Amino acid sequence: MEIKLLPFFVILPMLGAFVILLLNALIKNEARYTITDILSNVIVFILFVLSLSVWNKTGFYIVGGWRPPIGISLILDRFSGFLLIIVNLVAAASALYSVSYMSRYTARRYYYALFLLMIAGMNGVLLTGDMFNLFVFMEIATISSYALVAFGTEAEELEASFKYMVMGNLAGAFILFGLGLIYSRYGLLHIAQLSSLIVERDPLVKFAFFLFLAGFSVKAAIIPFHAWLPDAHPSAPAPISAMLSGVLIKALGVYVLVRIFFVLFPEPLVRTLFLHLAGISLLAGVLLALGQMDMKRLFAYHSISQVGYIMLGFGLGTPLGVTGAVYHLLNHSLFKSLLFLNSGAVYYRTGTRDLEKLGGLNQVMPFTGASTLIGSFSIAGLPPFNGFFSKFIIILACWQSGHPWFTLIAVLGSVLTLASFLKVEKFAFFGPLRQEWKDVKEVPVFMISSMVFLALLCIATSLLFLPGLREKILLPAAEAALNAEAYRSILP
Amino acid sequence: MDKKGLSEITKSITDLIMPFVFMFGLYLLFFGHLSPGGGFAAGVILAGVFILITLAFGKGGVEIYINRERSHLFEAAGALLFLFVACSGIFTGKGFFTNVLHQEFGSRYFRFLSGGNIVLYNIGIALKVMAGLFMVFFILSVTRVVLEGTKLKMRRRK
Amino acid sequence: MIYFFVFLLFAIGLYGVCCKRNIVKMIVGFTLLDYSVFLFLIMIGYRKDGQAPILDRKSLLDVFVKQSVDPLPQALVLTAIVIGLAVTALMVALAVRIYERYGTFDITNIKKLKG
Repeated sequence: MEIKLLPFFVILPMLGAFVILLLNALIKNEARYTITDILSNVIVFILFVLSLSVWNKTGFYIVGGWRPPIGISLILDRFSGFLLIIVNLVAAASALYSVSYMSRYTARRYYYALFLLMIAGMNGVLLTGDMFNLFVFMEIATISSYALVAFGTEAEELEASFKYMVMGNLAGAFILFGLGLIYSRYGLLHIAQLSSLIVERDPLVKFAFFLFLAGFSVKAAIIPFHAWLPDAHPSAPAPISAMLSGVLIKALGVYVLVRIFFVLFPEPLVRTLFLHLAGISLLAGVLLALGQMDMKRLFAYHSISQVGYIMLGFGLGTPLGVTGAVYHLLNHSLFKSLLFLNSGAVYYRTGTRDLEKLGGLNQVMPFTGASTLIGSFSIAGLPPFNGFFSKFIIILACWQSGHPWFTLIAVLGSVLTLASFLKVEKFAFFGPLRQEWKDVKEVPVFMISSMVFLALLCIATSLLFLPGLREKILLPAAEAALNAEAYRSILP
Repeated sequence: MDKKGLSEITKSITDLIMPFVFMFGLYLLFFGHLSPGGGFAAGVILAGVFILITLAFGKGGVEIYINRERSHLFEAAGALLFLFVACSGIFTGKGFFTNVLHQEFGSRYFRFLSGGNIVLYNIGIALKVMAGLFMVFFILSVTRVVLEGTKLKMRRRK
Repeated sequence: MIYFFVFLLFAIGLYGVCCKRNIVKMIVGFTLLDYSVFLFLIMIGYRKDGQAPILDRKSLLDVFVKQSVDPLPQALVLTAIVIGLAVTALMVALAVRIYERYGTFDITNIKKLKG
């Protein structure tokens, strides 16, 4: 059935971005900053409400009146709808946070324009049903993130953005090459139609499959394609780090990998590959994170490890495993963006991210300390918070499908995550208050409200483990991810 | 002898051919749906005209025609034109990105209006590409980023 | 056979990206890499003894459909060229700003982020 709201997920943020640029070119006095802030926050809030209204529905929208498979169509199924809510939720929290945080940067109009374009690109990737359209929206989001990582134009940020750009551009070239191979064999670019055509074991299709794996694994930061992430995520401004680590690597990386490899190339080889890469990502990410002394760099390495958990769940392929992966996707977006926003709050007041220089901030910044405590306990997997339940489901699914070594790796990763977050808490928040931080105040009200909102959601989503809520909220999304036939049958 | 820009020969030749190159860019723009060309190629050539003026006359010479604020305006206006024309399908009830003018004016092939919405799309794209490329060139060659106090600001080269 | 040259161009671009130490040479390598992929995409749509996909007043529709090359990859490549242009412009801007900060284009000297 046709949902008329679908193109607005892409139209609204693009409209917002260009109207912000136009208003800033026309109005010359100081009021333009307030107008920009208000306009972008209103647009992101409207997007969040829209994404809640299409939740748990399936539908399509035919763009331009051209019937598929010739034309482009936007396809919404339950997995895309679930991810849409996550993307727009984290975007709303980041936009509220950046009202105060970005007051210290110049050129705020470019920040909000790029931010809204990044959201438009991510929404487009989640909704589109055409391979080349996916590539175009992915490039929109990626190019905006290149510019946003380099936003402060300090020396280290430029270097990090250059590294990110080199790897991301190479990935884009590989993906385009794979697209060309698929088009040359089948003459179509429509994902649902292609999935019913690709059935034979063709060497050309296998080559394209490996090119897609390489390209999209760079976007999802799976080891061995992770090398841009520990430099790019700390260098971005804090709300952009929250967006990058919380939703970009998932909407552009994990979602597209699951879509392509569960709908287009449903082979058991895929699942084994995901499993092994995920296991290595888990361990390597958390081991590399143990020795870091820069707070945001530590969080960035943990992103690699938690994405390893998510891919482990998807690689298992069983319904329990995929449910755990989808639950962990939701949880990780919430607590990782909360942690990055907290590190931004610490940087806003103290001017440093180095753990050896901080100390005892719990006494001067109570709200930041409390929300960091909630975030750290969530990611480490301690019982009443959401991380425990999603990791428990993934570990249980590993054990049930007969992979004892991966179960051991997952448990070990969880223990080491707890260790490194205890280190963060001890160095930054607990302990004696240092002399130079005695006058530090709490952060402004916009930043506190968005951090508290995410922390409350971290506690609330732990209720999703209960069987009643799990059936209604998580299981439809997990089944939609696994079921290629349901995806094909959405379009009439 | 004016020390800014290149030599007198270059300046007079640029004065002579500049309108013709601009006209060629406009031709590519308006006939992009009938023959090779289109919005992007037209935008690149139009940006090339302004880059040529900057090279020949120096930064003072190009500010008569287009400076940074005006190119910001062109860029946003081009993108908004594209978005509004794309949304015109929603306003007339047919769906996003539908070629409304083509369906209304029938199929008079090989005429100017046969493309329908495509002409307006081309104009929007050309405005944005022209403003964007010119700004990239201008910012990279004419400005640099210096540290003033604790903030980084963009200043022109002397 | 002609596709071999496309892959050769891709390999040369990849060599430029991976093995050169100067940032500007890396950018040139990227341009080569991207353009080889675009060339590959266009060559996929080629039909033997084909004609350009532009309708004339004198051409008949069914003869045109049988003889023209595939116009869809050309549209895809046009979009991809614009994307490539945007990334190249961004990379060049970053290279200029990196030069203002570090004083060098050599990537072995731009190493402030480690570990």
